[in-house]
Amino acid sequence: MTISTDSYSQSPRGWYKRNEIAITPWLFLAPGMAFFAVYVIWPIWQSFGMSLYDWNGLGDIDTNGTYIGLENYNKLFGLNGERADRNFQISLWNNVKWLVLYLLAIPLGLFIALFLNQNVRGIRLYKSLFFFPFVISQVVVGLVFSWFYLPNGGLFSIMTGWFGFQIQGGVLGNPTTATYGIIAAGLWPQTAYCMILYLTGLNAVDPEQVEAARLDGAKGRKMLWYVILPQLKPATFIAFVVTIIGALRSFDLVSVMTGGGPFGSTRVLSFYVFEKSLSERGLQYGYAAAVAVVLFMIMLVFISYFLWAMYKDEKGARS
Amino acid sequence: MRSILKTSFAAFVAAGIAASAMQANAQSLTGTLSIFSDMSDPAPRAVMEDMAARFGEMHPELDVQVTIIDREAYKTQIRNFLSANPPDVANWYAANRMLPYVEAGLFDDVSDIWEGQMSEELASTKGALTVDGAQYGVPYTYYQWGIYYRKDLFEQFGLSEPSTWEEELANCQTLLDNGIKCYAIGTRFLWTAGGWFDYLNMRTNGYDFHARLTNGEESWTSDEVRATFANWRTLIDMGAFIDDHQSLDWQEALPFVVNGQAASYLMGNFVVAPLREAGLTDDQLDFYQFVEITPGIPRGEDAPTDTFHIPSGAQNKEAAREFLRFVVSADNQTLINNGQNLGQLPVNAMSSVDDDKFLQQGFDMLSNRAPGGIAQFFDRDAPAEMAAAGMEGFQEFMVFPDNLDDILERLEATRQDVY
Repeated sequence: MTISTDSYSQSPRGWYKRNEIAITPWLFLAPGMAFFAVYVIWPIWQSFGMSLYDWNGLGDIDTNGTYIGLENYNKLFGLNGERADRNFQISLWNNVKWLVLYLLAIPLGLFIALFLNQNVRGIRLYKSLFFFPFVISQVVVGLVFSWFYLPNGGLFSIMTGWFGFQIQGGVLGNPTTATYGIIAAGLWPQTAYCMILYLTGLNAVDPEQVEAARLDGAKGRKMLWYVILPQLKPATFIAFVVTIIGALRSFDLVSVMTGGGPFGSTRVLSFYVFEKSLSERGLQYGYAAAVAVVLFMIMLVFISYFLWAMYKDEKGARS
Repeated sequence: MRSILKTSFAAFVAAGIAASAMQANAQSLTGTLSIFSDMSDPAPRAVMEDMAARFGEMHPELDVQVTIIDREAYKTQIRNFLSANPPDVANWYAANRMLPYVEAGLFDDVSDIWEGQMSEELASTKGALTVDGAQYGVPYTYYQWGIYYRKDLFEQFGLSEPSTWEEELANCQTLLDNGIKCYAIGTRFLWTAGGWFDYLNMRTNGYDFHARLTNGEESWTSDEVRATFANWRTLIDMGAFIDDHQSLDWQEALPFVVNGQAASYLMGNFVVAPLREAGLTDDQLDFYQFVEITPGIPRGEDAPTDTFHIPSGAQNKEAAREFLRFVVSADNQTLINNGQNLGQLPVNAMSSVDDDKFLQQGFDMLSNRAPGGIAQFFDRDAPAEMAAAGMEGFQEFMVFPDNLDDILERLEATRQDVY
């Protein structure tokens, strides 16, 4: 005892030693936070700033760009005597379609997961086959589906031929069907993703509760709805989060399958940003930044909800 | 120094003025010359590498480094490398496509190369490389546009090359009656529809009107533009174009011509190579100039020009300038544009054109039968935003011709925004 007090008084601990417990987590977080700040937070602010300029992305924004205040937003929304940007409206509306229809991946994934959650010979193989579309790149998915949809001779047009109808111009060539065609392609990997989330979720389902429910006479739909689904709530939440975010960043498929066409009818906001800035005939960085800000705001609504839900969850777990 | 002068004086006497000037230049070029090129297809790539090698041989002290970037990727990368990591020489396109880079001060003024004789030899494209009286690049190749058609099909139905709109329509009707589409086209990437608009508008309203329109000086809702679209509509209503073209790119539309499902294709001369590869012989394939529509209007032609530029941030501008002079020289242009290489037209008037029948016809057409003027192409003549909106509108019009009023109003709104 005395020895230890001695050594304590002989060498007073440094500032770091005294605050070690408080500081260490921050030290470990620091690299991550620094990168997040430099590569995520700072560009978001830059986008806000850029959206107030008329700038073609060449040279320096201060010398080659002109500050125009909220003019870009006026153009987007048709305020202040400007004509509303029709392409922006199309993109926004398509994003809504994506958000709603992409959510189908959740029930589909759940259904497949329930179906695959059994013990038969070779089930691992079946599971991996169902999971396969999530592993391959979105670009490949897009290409495969665009061949599938090809008019005259594509598998899909042959299949619709059996029922005696043809989609004029092919699924992707017809502005009324093109977006739905792309969403269907997107659902393929997304369903696989949701399936895997649910499969892991199903592993965690408490067998005793299932047993108890069975003794009480629950089966079939009732068992699913009142016993299994409540236990899958965490999986559902994650599936919801990744699906919503996936729907909002649906860029690859649009770019690969239609390039925004036919005549711009399959644009979504993220693709419109690319089109206005980085694409071959882009050169409107300020305007693209304004679209990006709008997309960010939409995402922010969902992200705030997710964070709020998670926060509530944590608080619930603690108390 | 004196000894160099002496030797060069000796050479002067022995070999004449030109050779010694070359020699003196060759000795002075040192360091590295870095070239970024978008000539990524096999044939152009070989041409670029060969040009660099020949230039390197002429200047042994100079280390010539060529970086070849995929043609499509190049279009988006150029804006980054011009400011971040500029090479000494870079490929690009003439007219409005280079304008944003000139305005941002990223391309060097190369008017000195154009001084004197060069301006005469390259006169046909000088305008397309001039901004505010100064030149910002040099051309290395261009190619004609026009109708490439299946001669054997025409003969089978007793048709001949048309020269008026009525003949064109009559030919087309005969083909349609025999179950053959008149024109192959794939509008998935939009620009092919821009070619049709260019020609219909230049023939309906003349080159000057077309130039004013792409320059933003004419209204898209004007009667002239409507007349152009009315002519276009005649073809669409006849069913002259292949179906579902909005789902195809231009290569995917080629089999229609090869298999005889479509008789002709309005396209640039680069269409000849894949058609030949697909098995069409020169007896089956031929070319004619886009027909006259409004009688008496001097015909203008599309002939897109590909170019070399010196970025303002280049390190070795002296060597770069020498390379540009080398590129435009008559001998080099003859060589790189011949049938074994690019298979296109040399810009230099002193060059000779390959014996290839399409190149001969194209050269004759551009030199003697295009008094209206030479346009670059819709997406090079019009500013980027206008071109994007325009070509999207053309594609929509080709699928839904009834939307015309809406399309034109949109284009007019874009025009008032852009210019």
